[in-house]
Amino acid sequence: MSIIEVKDLSFTYGINTPFEKKAVDDVNVCFNEGEVIGLIGHTGSGKSTFVQMLNGLIKPTSGQVLLEGKDIWEKPKEIRKIRFKVGMVFQYPEYQLFDETVYKDISFGPRNKGLNENEIDLTVRKAAKFVGLSDKLLNKSPFDLSGGEKRRAAIAGVIAMDPDVLVLDEPTAGLDPKGREVLLAQIMGYHKERKNTIFFVSHSMEDISRIADRVMVMNKGRLEMFDTPKNIFAQVEKIESMGLRVPQITKIITMLRERGYDLTDGVLTVEQAFSEVVNLLKREGVI
Amino acid sequence: MTRDIALGQFIPGKGIIHRMDARVKILLLITYIVLIFCAFNFVSLGIVTASVIAIILISDIPVKMYLKSLKVIIVIILITSILNIFYGSGDPLVQFGIFKITLEGIYRAIFVTVRIICLIFISSCLTFTTSPTDLTDAIERLMKPLKIFHIKVHEIAMMMTIALRFVPTLLEETDKIMSAQKARGADMESGGMIKKIKAMTPVLIPLFVSAFRRAYELAVAMECRCYQGGDGRTRMKVLKINKLDVACILVTVLFLVGVILCNIFFAAKI
Repeated sequence: MSIIEVKDLSFTYGINTPFEKKAVDDVNVCFNEGEVIGLIGHTGSGKSTFVQMLNGLIKPTSGQVLLEGKDIWEKPKEIRKIRFKVGMVFQYPEYQLFDETVYKDISFGPRNKGLNENEIDLTVRKAAKFVGLSDKLLNKSPFDLSGGEKRRAAIAGVIAMDPDVLVLDEPTAGLDPKGREVLLAQIMGYHKERKNTIFFVSHSMEDISRIADRVMVMNKGRLEMFDTPKNIFAQVEKIESMGLRVPQITKIITMLRERGYDLTDGVLTVEQAFSEVVNLLKREGVI
Repeated sequence: MTRDIALGQFIPGKGIIHRMDARVKILLLITYIVLIFCAFNFVSLGIVTASVIAIILISDIPVKMYLKSLKVIIVIILITSILNIFYGSGDPLVQFGIFKITLEGIYRAIFVTVRIICLIFISSCLTFTTSPTDLTDAIERLMKPLKIFHIKVHEIAMMMTIALRFVPTLLEETDKIMSAQKARGADMESGGMIKKIKAMTPVLIPLFVSAFRRAYELAVAMECRCYQGGDGRTRMKVLKINKLDVACILVTVLFLVGVILCNIFFAAKI
């Protein structure tokens, strides 16, 4: 069953000013429950605007967003309710931390949702556990944490609202390689347990190809492609013409295939490539 | 929402006013402000209003932008004009208790409204057509004589440049933080005054934190480029007065003389 359906969605910034710009242009798309969707696109392709329309932070100029079959703007006064269902983690979310302690900051969302103290305590601790924040850190000021810990605390603040759809706008940007690995693993662990729909905006094709079930490619406000990572990254030329690239390992394998080596198409990870190459060498009797 | 603020925004263009020297623009703006407050009867007010409209039309900026800049201060205009209606002396036209409306009061209200609108339009014209850097450059040059009194002209101008430079950045940042907190269910629209102010804490704290961080980063970046104040600094764009500027000055002087003559030959209304 599709959890979110987007119909003819468009958004134009600064209508009737010299700065008028069409950010999202007539997008039609459907997402299934429990899917992990990757969203890629060049800077200024309308990704951020698009995801902000999913939880009603931006009101579309035209078109509709249907959440479980209902238009989210049906009752504009109740748009806040949508925000608890579609959680949104912005780029560099650590800059939105404000409360005295990490615990209080994470509880901001659940408190706005109107939960009682017991429920708040439960969800806060659960969310902190998902992102690997210890109890000791919960009582610290968010401004005393390290960069990676701040990021995880901010993400916990959104997870604590227990949303059915979780949108993450470049959650790993600016983290060191190990921090990225850990955060990705935590998000996937959370997804496995909660089984909700996850929206993952990223510039890292490696991350996208590893975790996404389906990938949306946006270019100049339009939805250009929507398919499995394997099918998307098989079209190297089209992807590169939009200012994007395919995972490095995919590119290497594609180039090897072009030179006549008998490898399968659509290799996305280093592990896959490794076993492919080992198989080829075995077939040729080298090892 | 912060995108809607039109006051004090630079809009690039190639019109006559865009090409004028920023120093001349500032001096002419001051002249115009004097002009607007020198108009004491309907003829001179008419001349001033007509010239302001003419300036708007030749400024290569959509008239809509000017109207938008009024939006912010419409309340101030309404309050002052309503107060002025009751303020005049003389025979009352209508009287309710201690409040009376006189002909002079009505005149005052009309004058005040027209004056404020002209004032906003003409000063918006300056900010619409002049980039913030040109503006502060010009202010620095105009204030240069104050150096005799040991006033740090360059430092003041640099602070203004930086402040102006960061207005859009901070607005954008405010927008972003507000969206982020709204995404966490923050309710900033409903409730009374106190509740609304309280609801702003989750926005203001991160905003202050990031403003200080930016200030620190900027200071480091300036130091890295060996910035050490104004002495011996040269400019990439040197301001120059050309024929167009001289022509504009002459036209403005003509208006000034016209308004003074009107004031002498026609009776003052207020």
